[in-house]
Formats: sequence, C-alpha cells, structure tokens
Amino acid sequence: MKISEVPQDQGMMTDDVHEVCYALDKDGRYVLAASSGWEPKNITNDQAWEVIEKQVTKALKDIHAGKQSPLAFHMAKNQMNISLLSKYVRFSRWQVRRHLKPAVFKRLKPDILERYADVFEITVKQLQEYPENIDQRFYRNL
Amino acid sequence: MKIDFKHRHSAHCESGVSSNLLFHYGIDISEAMAFGIGGGLFFGYLPFIKVNKLPLTTFRCEVGGIFKRLTRKIGVGVYWQKFRSPEKAMDALDHSLEEGIPVGCRTGGYWLPYFPSAFRFHFNMHNLVVFGKEGDKYLISDPVFPEPVVCNRKDLIKARFAKGALAPKGTMYYLTSVPEKVDFSPAIIKGIKEVCRRMLKTPGPIIGVRGIRFLANQVEKWPKKFGKRKTSLYLGQLIRMQEELGTGGGGFRFMYAAFLQEAAGILKENRLLDLSQKMTKAGDRWREFAVVASRNCKNRASDSDSFEAMSDILRDCANREAEVYKELMAVVH
Repeated sequence: MKISEVPQDQGMMTDDVHEVCYALDKDGRYVLAASSGWEPKNITNDQAWEVIEKQVTKALKDIHAGKQSPLAFHMAKNQMNISLLSKYVRFSRWQVRRHLKPAVFKRLKPDILERYADVFEITVKQLQEYPENIDQRFYRNL
Repeated sequence: MKIDFKHRHSAHCESGVSSNLLFHYGIDISEAMAFGIGGGLFFGYLPFIKVNKLPLTTFRCEVGGIFKRLTRKIGVGVYWQKFRSPEKAMDALDHSLEEGIPVGCRTGGYWLPYFPSAFRFHFNMHNLVVFGKEGDKYLISDPVFPEPVVCNRKDLIKARFAKGALAPKGTMYYLTSVPEKVDFSPAIIKGIKEVCRRMLKTPGPIIGVRGIRFLANQVEKWPKKFGKRKTSLYLGQLIRMQEELGTGGGGFRFMYAAFLQEAAGILKENRLLDLSQKMTKAGDRWREFAVVASRNCKNRASDSDSFEAMSDILRDCANREAEVYKELMAVVH
C-alpha cells in the first residue's frame, strides 16, 4: 500500500480520532500514515452494530410481550449475554436467568437491582425503564 | 503526578505499548521492530472458538506474546502481576506510578470512555500504558490513539477487570532492568525464525500458511453451508479481525513488511528488502480480499466477486506468504 492509497473513508471515527497504518512513501520506504477509515471496515463495523440492534429490538419485543423483564433490554444494549452478565454482577447464571422473568424482576430487592444498575452504569430507576422502540443507529449516541 | 512519558501513536496496541515502554528507558525501537522481534505475525483460523457466535480468525500471535518474546530476546527485565482484588490492583498501580514507573495494563475495550462509541465492543485484548495520576484521573498513553488520554478510576477498574473470554484479571507489567546496550541483530534473526517456523511448520491444518489455504477452502463452501445471512456475518467477522483491531492494514502484513525493511538496514542484508516488497504484495492481496468480501456482505457483489474468486485471492495470499517465509528461512539460516 502506497501513501496515496491509504483510505480516508470516514465512518466509524469521530473527527478528532484517526488511526495509523503502514504505507510506502515515494522512495519505497515504510512510514506511518494517518487514515480516517476504510469502506470495507465501515461496512463490517456497521454490520456488527446491526446485529446488536437486532438483539435489542428482540429484547424490547419480548419485554412488551411480557416474556422478559427490562433487564433483557439493558443486557442486549450492553452487548452481553447471560453468561457475561452473570460474571459482571457476580450472580450465577441461573439467578440471572430468573431475574430475566418479569414477575421475579418486579419483586427484586433494591440491593440486587443496585448491582445490576452498577454494572450498566445507570440508576435503579433507569434499570426499570425501557424505551418503546429502538432508536435507529442508537450506537451513535450511546 | 505525571511521568515524562513519550506517547507515540502506533498501529497496534501491544507492539505500540512494547516499543513505547522500551523507548522510555532509552531503547530506541520502532513499533514494527518490536512486532517483528516479538514474532507477532501469525495466522490461525479457529472455527471452534467463537467470538459473538462467529469463528475466530487471528492474524497475530497470542495476547502478551509479543511483549514477552521481545523483552526476553533483548534481555530486558519485566515484572508481571495478576490480581484478584481490584483495590489491590489499583494500589499496586498507584504505588508504581509514585515511584516514577510507567505501567502497562491489559484491559477490555468496552469500558474505556475515550473509545469512540462505534468501537465499543467487548474485547479483552487491549494494552495501554498508565503514566500519571491527577486526583481521580489516570493519564494514559493508549498507543492506538493520536494523543494521550484521560480515564477516571472507576472506568479503569472496570476495564482492567473486564470479564469474558481472555479476561485481563487486572494484569499489569513494567520494566525492571534494561541492558546498557542492545544488539538487535541476533534478536531479529530469532524473531524471523520463530515466525517462519510457526507459519510453515505448525502441524495441523488450521495454523499458518496451511490455515490460510484451509480458510480458502472453507470460504467457498460457506454460502451452501450457511445460507446468505450467516455467510455475510462470517465474512464480516473475518474482515474485522483482519483490518479493524489495530493491525496497521492487511492483517499485520504491512507492519511485518516494515519490520523486514528496517531489519535489512540493521543486518545489512539486501535480500530482506526484496522480501519486504513481496510481503507488501501479500498484504495488498489481503486488502483486495477485504474489499471483495465486504461487497458480498452488503450484497453489492458483481459477477467477478464470487466466492470462488475470494478463495482464489486467499490461496494467492497463502502462496505469496509461503514463498516469503521459505526465502526468509534461507536468509536467516
């Protein structure tokens, strides 16, 4: 890759951030060149976020249908599954699975809710809330 | 409290941290050189290890391997520690900082507040250097960012104790002794040998050049085996592994080519310049693969972007790389 070929396709990065990659200068010597992104990377990064969006959408659907507790939304939004979340809150997996049931979640004690809220870095009140619909491209303003 | 630490923007976190830490102690070493001596180049297609339910493909060696091999080869003393308790981990960090020692930390990427939101995934393979503390805020040289950044204590604890696969467990490390003079030549030769051996001679079909060929054969089968949607996800994951996680482009192949070029000067061996160019070509082919694969991800593929064509590019990458490693073996023998 020559310096002139270093892609500058902005997509994932904000204005003040860029990455460096290795490219050849006109004498054929390797130098570090700044790049603000590359289309194939932007496409695949978007794809990864679409997957997360889908999981959040599904969680919201389940919550509205009364199948899951609001915990499911926050779990999906934080890109976690039951096993990862259980490690963060230091509950066992079956406990987390139980807390995902709406009826159980409603009766949870404040100190347990606190532990979840702490992991997601939100308040206990926010933990009990969930939006009606998913924000399109919500990751841009997480 | 702030240590006078020179932050140098790098392409990859671990090789960047390694070269920056050594530079702090007066060993002038570039990132590419650190990567090459540390034997960072690798290929492995590991379909049985899943990241987000998708198979893992890696273009670099194991986490920590670059730093470990590099410091051993040039005779630098290193102190390593893992922790159970976050409190103790932070105390140990503070203590070292007070003594004026910049400390390398392994962290997860998700909890670092200065990461652009588009990059915030759970991956636990990130390295950074902490070089100061002001009140509750830590000054951090994260090599993949242009400037030093700031992170508060709570977030740093979370990042150091990120959970999941390859959890960092608060790992920190710093240099304890540095030789007065370093002779890079033998270290370079050893580093090259390691990479060649690993890429050509690892038994089994999934590692090294054979691994690339294996992947090529698999890619062709994906559409039939998995259907459109899943294939698209598999390809996406592959490209992210190749390009996204601070690889310097072309799945670290360009960084390695830069290393070979630098090594040519140190060893006074012109054949390495030629091999650097060949490695660059291999990297260019990897980039072509990424372009075609991403078109397939987005359903924008034209007729020439078929899966057979992609596999052919991969086989070409394998052939080109195999040639480079074989010739390298002859040069450093």
